[in-house]
Amino acid sequence: MASNGLKIAIVGGGLAGLAAAMKIAEQGHEVDLISVVPVKRSHSVCAQGGINGAVNTKGEGDSPAKHLDDTVYGGDFLANQTPVKQMCDMAPQIIYLFDRMGVPFSRTQEGLIDFRRFGGTLHHRTAFAGASTGQQLLYGLDEQVRKYEAAGTVHKYEGWEMLSLVLDDHQVCRGLIAMNLQTLELKAFNADAVIMATGGPGLIFGKSTNSQTCTGSAVSAAYQQGAKYANGEFIQVHPTSIPGEDKLRLMSESARGEGGRVWVPKNQGDKRNPKDIPANERWYFLEEKYPAYGNLVPRDIATREIFQVCLDGYGVNGENQVYLDLTHVPAETLTRKLGAILEIYEMFVGDDPRYVPMRIFPGVHYSMGGLWVDFEQRTNIPGLFAAGECDYSIHGANRLGANSLVSCVYGGFVAGPAAVEYAKNVERKSTETNGIHAAELKRQQEINDSIIKNEGSENQYKLHDELGKWMTDNVTVVRYNDKLKATDEKILELQDRFKKISVNDSNLWATQALPHARQLWNMLELARVITLGALNRDESRGAHYKPDFPDRNDEQFMKTTIAEWSAESPIISYEAVDVSLVEPRKRDYSKGKAKAAGTEKGGAPQVPQPGSELKPEGREEMLVREGEKITKGESIKE
Amino acid sequence: MNEANVHQEKKRLDNPPASIQFKIQRREKLGASEYWETFEIPYRRNLNVISALMEIRKNPVTVEGKQTTPPVWDMSCLEQVCGICTMVINGRVRQSCSALVDDLLVVSGGNTITLQPMSKFPNVRDLKVDRSRMFEHLKQVHAWVELDGSHDLGPGPTLSNEKAQERYAYSRCMTCGCCLEACPQYHDDNYIGPQAIGQARLFNMHPTGKITMEDRLDGLMGEDGITNCGNAQNCVQVCPMSIPLTRAIYETNRDITVNALFGWLKK
Repeated sequence: MASNGLKIAIVGGGLAGLAAAMKIAEQGHEVDLISVVPVKRSHSVCAQGGINGAVNTKGEGDSPAKHLDDTVYGGDFLANQTPVKQMCDMAPQIIYLFDRMGVPFSRTQEGLIDFRRFGGTLHHRTAFAGASTGQQLLYGLDEQVRKYEAAGTVHKYEGWEMLSLVLDDHQVCRGLIAMNLQTLELKAFNADAVIMATGGPGLIFGKSTNSQTCTGSAVSAAYQQGAKYANGEFIQVHPTSIPGEDKLRLMSESARGEGGRVWVPKNQGDKRNPKDIPANERWYFLEEKYPAYGNLVPRDIATREIFQVCLDGYGVNGENQVYLDLTHVPAETLTRKLGAILEIYEMFVGDDPRYVPMRIFPGVHYSMGGLWVDFEQRTNIPGLFAAGECDYSIHGANRLGANSLVSCVYGGFVAGPAAVEYAKNVERKSTETNGIHAAELKRQQEINDSIIKNEGSENQYKLHDELGKWMTDNVTVVRYNDKLKATDEKILELQDRFKKISVNDSNLWATQALPHARQLWNMLELARVITLGALNRDESRGAHYKPDFPDRNDEQFMKTTIAEWSAESPIISYEAVDVSLVEPRKRDYSKGKAKAAGTEKGGAPQVPQPGSELKPEGREEMLVREGEKITKGESIKE
Repeated sequence: MNEANVHQEKKRLDNPPASIQFKIQRREKLGASEYWETFEIPYRRNLNVISALMEIRKNPVTVEGKQTTPPVWDMSCLEQVCGICTMVINGRVRQSCSALVDDLLVVSGGNTITLQPMSKFPNVRDLKVDRSRMFEHLKQVHAWVELDGSHDLGPGPTLSNEKAQERYAYSRCMTCGCCLEACPQYHDDNYIGPQAIGQARLFNMHPTGKITMEDRLDGLMGEDGITNCGNAQNCVQVCPMSIPLTRAIYETNRDITVNALFGWLKK
């Protein structure tokens, strides 16, 4: 066994987890890699748009310093700037490393990596591989880690879910307990250090753009054992997603860029075929409220307006959906400009958007918040590290497009070596023999047993549906304190009812019922963190918007929200933000916006500001479209 | 399939049934015998197979009114990029996330949809199978580029965009197993199959990957190797990512021949 037998456990095999695994294995140390799905199927595959890195191969004078500025400005000055700088400095190397791994990035005529423009920047900074950059990057790391697996350095536990950490008497992390999702066997993983890389918690909102594995369950378990959770209330919502019965899928903003009109029937609950509803009975609410910009209002405004119209009962068929109508644009034009994007809609909805108006709704997309970490990706629990979407460190109050992939890899590349360094120096003492692993395993087995034995009248899937609906209605786009309070009370009620669920599966082999029940409890705990974080933050910043407090309040709230678990309720406190590199300034994209939109729409005048500044997301995909051709099989998702 | 500029209005389900039946092939656990159960849910527009299964899972009662266990299946991304939810739907292997109920009913003309697990892999329970051997196949063909290390060594080799796009087509493989399920030569894991050959091709086409091409070809020249291909071409027809698998097989065969020749000459 290499180098004094350090053992590091990584939970999660997406980009961040695999990045850490590669770095650790490369140094010759052993890794236990625990993942609920085969790592190649992790949620990172869903990212389409690209990965940011200021390589400046386009002669635009781009630099990591500008990447830093764009990122902290886009994040509305809630991110600590030191780690953001480190990430931006490392980003070009990260892209080049993936290039060496053989990731098929699109190329220039000279054979170099091509870069495109993406949201919140004026530079060509985004490397991309077709329309599936996340999938391609994940596969690149998956292949490298497989090499170490074949060599015996990495041990994969695929189909295992983490239930809890193993902490010693001094709250030092000594490993974790995981459950085999086939046999329900519990196993204690002894580790000198544990890295959490478990992704986001989108399923707390019921349906989101996240994969079904994105429950936030493991992170919540760590939080309940004492890990601090930071900025939980910052949840990014994308304005146009395709509502599905099972999930929300992104519809690119370019559909509006190409002339898409958003409307609902004027008569609530009008059941007619949209084509049969005459123009004077359609409410083009964006065009009416924002005559200058119409359907091309910035993303945050579009999100809020669509959301509000549905909340007021005007949603198509009384459901949370509005029409995004392209049927007035010639079909050939649509095929040429939006082909791949419209194919996604057709694949999952079955309607051809060239002939039938699309139905769309804002969708929960990304959590900027996550486990609190220091600048070395260390959580407050010694021996516990975190990286990727499950940590809070990079994106502040709002994430820029194509920054998620780079932040995942950066987090993994820092966490891996930091965990090795820690593991080399930590004293094991008697932790391997004093029974803490066995005790924690027993505790987890007892929780499982009690859930299995429970015979109540509540249905866990229906509780999950209720949680999702409450969270989506009240803790996403527009937030009011009374509704946030009511949501927290609702979550408490659901926690009470959870105790009366019965697992409706008498066959425990490979059952999904028990794992889901465990996840659901953890989701409820984390939902409180998100809700109460939002309740306490009486300002509007980034993705967090309160009509009653429409302005950013730096004096009071340019602070990281910290939630710590207690039996009663999350304990909320605040921590100063590191703004040592870029001085905070008001976030206002309106000038750049008018220019960007002007090139698209022939000089559309400035959009009126409804009480809050424009957000960078409003510009993202439109900038991509300037001078860019969307080729077949390609679409943009950030 | 995609090149048609002429739009044909999609055949719609004009008179949707009041309810849909799902006839599901079930198995309690590995090695247990299989049995069938049928569930009924009210028809709604825009259901896919996954959302129907989610509905059934909430309260699993068969059409006979028997309370039973919830069907188990795998799902994750629901966007047809992770590959996990693959199953056999009305006799055809595909991802269940992108299998729309309306489309299935239009084609079948009835109101019953049949769900079965993939038949070429160990059936863990109900619709869930174990495809870990496919990942083993990737080890066998050394489906990676050998790096000197992950430290900063600048960019990789220059490459034409055309070549990059050719590789991209292979790199979209999500290890779903459709090609193996449909391959008449593949049974009892006797043949490494199109997936691994496609991935070997992906790396053999890369300037750096090419350096260790022999390792990959070695992995394809054993008893379970490329010679098992019977050229039925089913793989390329069922591949949800439209990967040119038969071309990978052809070109890899060519590489093996050339390599054998030069290998012999070297001796």
